[in-house]
Amino acid sequence: MEATHAHGAGHAHGDGHSHHPKGIMRWITTTNHKDIGTMYLWFSFAMFMVGGVMALIIRAELFQPGLQYVQPEFFNQMITLHGLIMVFGAIMPAFVGFANWMLPMMIGAPDMAFARMNNWSFWLLPPAGILLTASMFVPGGAAGTGWTLYPPLSIQMGIGMDMAIFAVHILGMSSIMGSINIVTTILNLRAPGMTLMRMPMFCWTWLITGFLLIAVMPVLAGAVTMILTDRHFGTSFFSAAGGGDPVLFQHIFWFFGHPEVYIIALPAFGVVSHVIPAFARKPIFGYTSMVYAIASIALISFIVWAHHMYVVGMPVAGQLYFMYATILIAVPTGVKVFNWVATMWRGSMTFETPMLFALGFLFLFTIGGFTGLVLSNTAIDVQLQDTYYVVAHFHYVMVAGALFSAFAAVYYWLPKWTGHMYDETLGKWHFWLSIVSFNIAFFPQHFLGLAGMPRRIPDYALQFADFNQVSTIGAFGFGLSQLLFLYVVLKAIRGGEKAAAKPWEGATGLEWTVPSPAPYHTFEEPPVLTEAKGHA
Amino acid sequence: MNQQASRYFVPDPSHFPLVGSAALFLLASGAVLWMNKLAPGPYVVLAGFVVLLFMLFGWFGRVIDESEGGRYNKQVDVSFRWGMSWFIFSEVMFFAAFFGALFYVRVLSVPDLASAEQQLLWPGFNADWPSAGPKFAEQFTPMGAMGIPLINTLLLLSSGATLTWAHWGLVAGKRGQLKLGLMLTIALGLIFLSLQVYEYVHAYQDLNLKLTTGVYGSTFFMLTGFHGLHVTIGATMLLVILFRVMAGHFKPDHHFAFEAVAWYWHFVDVVWLFLFVVVYWL
Ligand code: HEM
Ligand SMILES: [Cu+2]
Repeated sequence: MEATHAHGAGHAHGDGHSHHPKGIMRWITTTNHKDIGTMYLWFSFAMFMVGGVMALIIRAELFQPGLQYVQPEFFNQMITLHGLIMVFGAIMPAFVGFANWMLPMMIGAPDMAFARMNNWSFWLLPPAGILLTASMFVPGGAAGTGWTLYPPLSIQMGIGMDMAIFAVHILGMSSIMGSINIVTTILNLRAPGMTLMRMPMFCWTWLITGFLLIAVMPVLAGAVTMILTDRHFGTSFFSAAGGGDPVLFQHIFWFFGHPEVYIIALPAFGVVSHVIPAFARKPIFGYTSMVYAIASIALISFIVWAHHMYVVGMPVAGQLYFMYATILIAVPTGVKVFNWVATMWRGSMTFETPMLFALGFLFLFTIGGFTGLVLSNTAIDVQLQDTYYVVAHFHYVMVAGALFSAFAAVYYWLPKWTGHMYDETLGKWHFWLSIVSFNIAFFPQHFLGLAGMPRRIPDYALQFADFNQVSTIGAFGFGLSQLLFLYVVLKAIRGGEKAAAKPWEGATGLEWTVPSPAPYHTFEEPPVLTEAKGHA
Repeated sequence: MNQQASRYFVPDPSHFPLVGSAALFLLASGAVLWMNKLAPGPYVVLAGFVVLLFMLFGWFGRVIDESEGGRYNKQVDVSFRWGMSWFIFSEVMFFAAFFGALFYVRVLSVPDLASAEQQLLWPGFNADWPSAGPKFAEQFTPMGAMGIPLINTLLLLSSGATLTWAHWGLVAGKRGQLKLGLMLTIALGLIFLSLQVYEYVHAYQDLNLKLTTGVYGSTFFMLTGFHGLHVTIGATMLLVILFRVMAGHFKPDHHFAFEAVAWYWHFVDVVWLFLFVVVYWL
């Protein structure tokens, strides 16, 4: 898609932007989507490191059977904080960061619809992060329930649980405000001529993700509020003695929880739908079917939640319903996978780092989807529920899926953000180290799960030792590889080969029509789309 | 294209977001301390409220200045409309969680606790709603629907009508009707709230119906309590609108703040109708 934007970069110092605070105040007071996107991305990386250290503590403890380094209570706290921090602190903010940076540029908007509130969405994250991490140091330590916060355990824990609850509240507010902003921006700030069905795929995935977030984050807020009142104000939502039921929490939690996994996956799909066409030098195959697939995944994701609860005691009719509904999700997901493959068919492909990560995503996410299908089968899940098989499944979709897609996004857009090309050789090293160590870390966990090793335990039977050792070695390898990523990014920020406005030959979309690095204010007046053919 | 209309609006840098985050951090950590009976809790919460008020005054003050200063074009107006609609949708989902809990206990968990397989565990428990669960030993009287709750329903419904009447006044440029309609709406809201306070006192003192009265007490007080909180917020926002009307704000064709608050008020109204039917009546 081509655009003329005579009033683009030249107006960066136009009126209405006379005073801009410098130094730290620039970041605290900013209303600029690029500044805010940058803060989201750095926050996400910091949380990725914190959550990563916790993961390595977990893996170190599991290197051998028996208790080595930590007490079981502390082990449980690491499990909980690792999950919460990675989901809410690392993955979600990373994709909100991409949305902030790229959405306005992609649709030809000046900024986000609510630029001040945008900054608040970001600045709510640090208080929540502080509450979560500080909860390790209060009497009784952090919540030890796992990120799912199930009662009755969550009713019995100490102060750390309350801190986790309020952190979830604040994170929820941040997500809701961020999503309202994104959805409104997409619906109302598109440049003339940018119809919905001409929108780049990343915008579509975020439009629907935003809808999912607005729909389910309040439900999670309700669930943790009930835990809070059960803990402190004598309500009986989750206590059978008072007529309630702990299983009620699981229903409410997973009504949020399953859409949440697509909140993480959809923007990742969006990124991959940009990177694969760019490096295959072909437009995305089946644009319309992609859009419908995203929408149907999102809708079905509301009605499959109890596949996380097959063993809590459900009528057979319920088990069957949730099984079939879950299997149904594989259809639109399959449409997407086939479309990505078809996009590459007869393309003239090159394999720069973003493409490598997108392909890594494609292979490994599909494995995660397959194990998800295995788990969706009730009869099988009764054996596999709460084993390492589930851990392997969701790490394939969340790490090799969402995180790899985030890496692809960083490498793909880094030239646009910094004005410099990253070091391609080191980028490729980062990819190969990551994908190899990831598989060393997580593939054996399938076998552990199938052999019956339960998740969320600090100690295990002797026969699981070999695979656990392999897994731990892989995990440390994966963790160390990410330091290389940090180095590559810092290096590109500080200098390097100058990037052209469109550094990738096959890339399409408005974001490549502005110079690299993108000017502080991209469009002060709507760009005019001149050519109708093709999609980004 | 017309220069004026096509120029985008992007607000200036602002420190209020950080102030708002500080407020929520104080509120959250204060609440944690307070709930765990640690000394500084109430003071930290108080400090959080003060900072929050400061932020709300400052931030909304800025927005009002920008709006009255004519800096918002049609596009910004449409953004506000989308934003408010999605916000109300998120509120609907928040209430849905609690309504869902109510349906779950009424349809599933309470009947299940009285089922044949549970008889050994909870002998003699029967599933008649309202129920406070098998372990609740005291006697309590459930809240009837036809007294205060019915009056409250009528109050809220008429407040919706008076608000719409006020809006007609605003659109027709009849400022007197606008003011009167707003005042009536606020008055009806406040009477509703006083009656609810009276009802709560009655429940605690005469009916032995408390937040701790098993799952009936939990759902009753949480649902009506969160609704009451929303009425309070709505009435406060209406009051702000009234002050702005007194100060001469709003034009017949430019008054989204008024409409946003009206949407919110109608939403709170509709939630009440559901509450009246499934919490009080059936
Ligand atoms: C074809 C698609 C998918 C299917 C059929 C599927 C199916 C399932 C099933 C049945 C479970 C429950 C396993 C158990 O607890 O016994 C599960 C767990 C999980 N899935 Fe998926 N899934 C799919 C995609 C995804 C995606 C895209 C994500 C995230 C990006 C994801 C994240 C998770 C997580 C985090 C859990 C574990 C939750 C926990 O118990 O802590 N899944 N999946
Ligand atoms: Cu699920």
